[in-house]
Amino acid sequence: MTLVRQTLYMTGRHLRELWRQPWFVGVTLVQPVIWLLLFGALFKRVIEIPGFHAHSYIAFLAPGVVVMTAMFNSAWSGMALIEDLNRGVTARFLVSPVRREALIAGRLVKEAVVVVIQSVIIVALALLVGASFPGGVAGVAVLFAVSALLGAMFGGLSNGFALIMRQEEALIGAVQFIVLPLTFLSSTFLAANLMPHWIQSVANFNPVNWAVEAGRAATSSSPDWGLVASRAGFLVLLLGACLVFATRAFKSYQRSV
Amino acid sequence: MHEAIEADGLVKTYPKGVQALRGLTFRVEGGTIFGLLGPNGAGKTTTVKILTTLTQPDEGRATVAGIDVAAQPDRVRRTIGVVSQGSGVDIQATGRENLRLQGHLYDLRGAELEQRVSRLLERFGLADAADRIARGYSGGMQRRLDIAMALVHDPQVLFLDEPTTGLDPEMRADMWREISRLAAEQHKTVLLTTHYLEEADQLASRLAIVDRGQVVAEGTPEALKRELRGDAVHVELDNASKVNGNLDDSVGRLDGVRDITVEGRQLRARADDGGRAVPALLQALEATGIAVASVRVARPSLDDVYLRYTGRTFDAAEAEAAEVAR
Repeated sequence: MTLVRQTLYMTGRHLRELWRQPWFVGVTLVQPVIWLLLFGALFKRVIEIPGFHAHSYIAFLAPGVVVMTAMFNSAWSGMALIEDLNRGVTARFLVSPVRREALIAGRLVKEAVVVVIQSVIIVALALLVGASFPGGVAGVAVLFAVSALLGAMFGGLSNGFALIMRQEEALIGAVQFIVLPLTFLSSTFLAANLMPHWIQSVANFNPVNWAVEAGRAATSSSPDWGLVASRAGFLVLLLGACLVFATRAFKSYQRSV
Repeated sequence: MHEAIEADGLVKTYPKGVQALRGLTFRVEGGTIFGLLGPNGAGKTTTVKILTTLTQPDEGRATVAGIDVAAQPDRVRRTIGVVSQGSGVDIQATGRENLRLQGHLYDLRGAELEQRVSRLLERFGLADAADRIARGYSGGMQRRLDIAMALVHDPQVLFLDEPTTGLDPEMRADMWREISRLAAEQHKTVLLTTHYLEEADQLASRLAIVDRGQVVAEGTPEALKRELRGDAVHVELDNASKVNGNLDDSVGRLDGVRDITVEGRQLRARADDGGRAVPALLQALEATGIAVASVRVARPSLDDVYLRYTGRTFDAAEAEAAEVAR
């Protein structure tokens, strides 16, 4: 109970901080819109490739952009933590009785909230330009849920790295090293059966691909719920591991002070 | 009855091989202000980090309010308030929000918390700025908010790490008054670290002088000064180049003059009766061919105490620390 309460206090702090930066909020919300429209236009005709079973590229792409956005934003979560480290805010928390788990979880819940807001905007826009999601509201809700899971997972990873590296430049390097390859080693832009064999194999182990597959399946006309459940399950497990990793990383930070 | 703070043989070496503490030991009686005095880099902040559970010593043992900091850090955290060097204020939140969140960390809630927050804002002169973002606060206001935050859960023991660094003299005097009140009226135990000699002299009822990770002297400021028999004699030399350790044969032989040190152009000595020692001292220097620019006789200061126990003046130690930091 204490843990939940402390987590929510921390989430409150982060959301309030976000709300006070209207420019940042604006850019955060507009960016995925640009991706959806830009990539949607650029790759419009790939569905004409034989074997690409989709009738609208935007409808195919939208779950991918939702997932990609979730990762892109949450992967930077550790930057704010580094700022807290530099300002002595984290040290102040660590000498109080607050649980370390709450310090991390508070940030991850905030990332999940941001992911859901962004996702609503992307899906609304996709519907506006003519895409349809036969899976209905339930399917879209599952898409939001797996994206939030993925966002929280990358948030955990990013915060763990932040505590170990403690340098903005190092974290920027790490995030950039990870984010784009994971996007392109997944079926975000292209149907899995059209990807080279080795990428298909690698994608099986890529959490971004798990989220894309689950989200796309859930929003399709005949969802394969077994696949959705297994991918969501993997994401939950990985999120748990990242949470443990980030919480333990406080020890690394405390050894350095 | 246990002491409020006990540090026993603390040793800490940082990964890069910097030995911050080499067996640091001291005790603090409850309800008093205890000063850890030393130049930057002496190990004061490391000591506070260990006592406040932020980091762990390699060797040694410490208790706060009788609780072992390594064995039961969570119980210690509920007992202490900490103002760290620099600041811990969240500058994107208002003063009130900072205080409220700090209260939440200690499971304070509702009307009781709101009341405490308002009282603290009032007491530290932040009531008018309470709902402004702390980014816009002056250095003094942020510092006052830091201290208010450390008090929100009414801790028994308070740690103040260099609380007045970066404040102008007027704000420093205000802060001193506030800190004195904490011990006098609220019976809190305060551990204060400082590299200002006058601050330790003003505030601390007892103090430990820390040099290179060890306590080199401990006592009340008065007792420490009294231990230095007689007066301090400060001589400013005109041409220090001629001082080559040959003073032992001249000045060193004078009756009633001891503890002679030369640092740059400053010669310091102790004399039972400063006034009477000066003529003979000047004569002896003249005989060695050293010209004198000025002479000053003073009652002993903490600076003299520091010199006596470390063989360096406080300024020289500070300069040395700055050199190491670079």
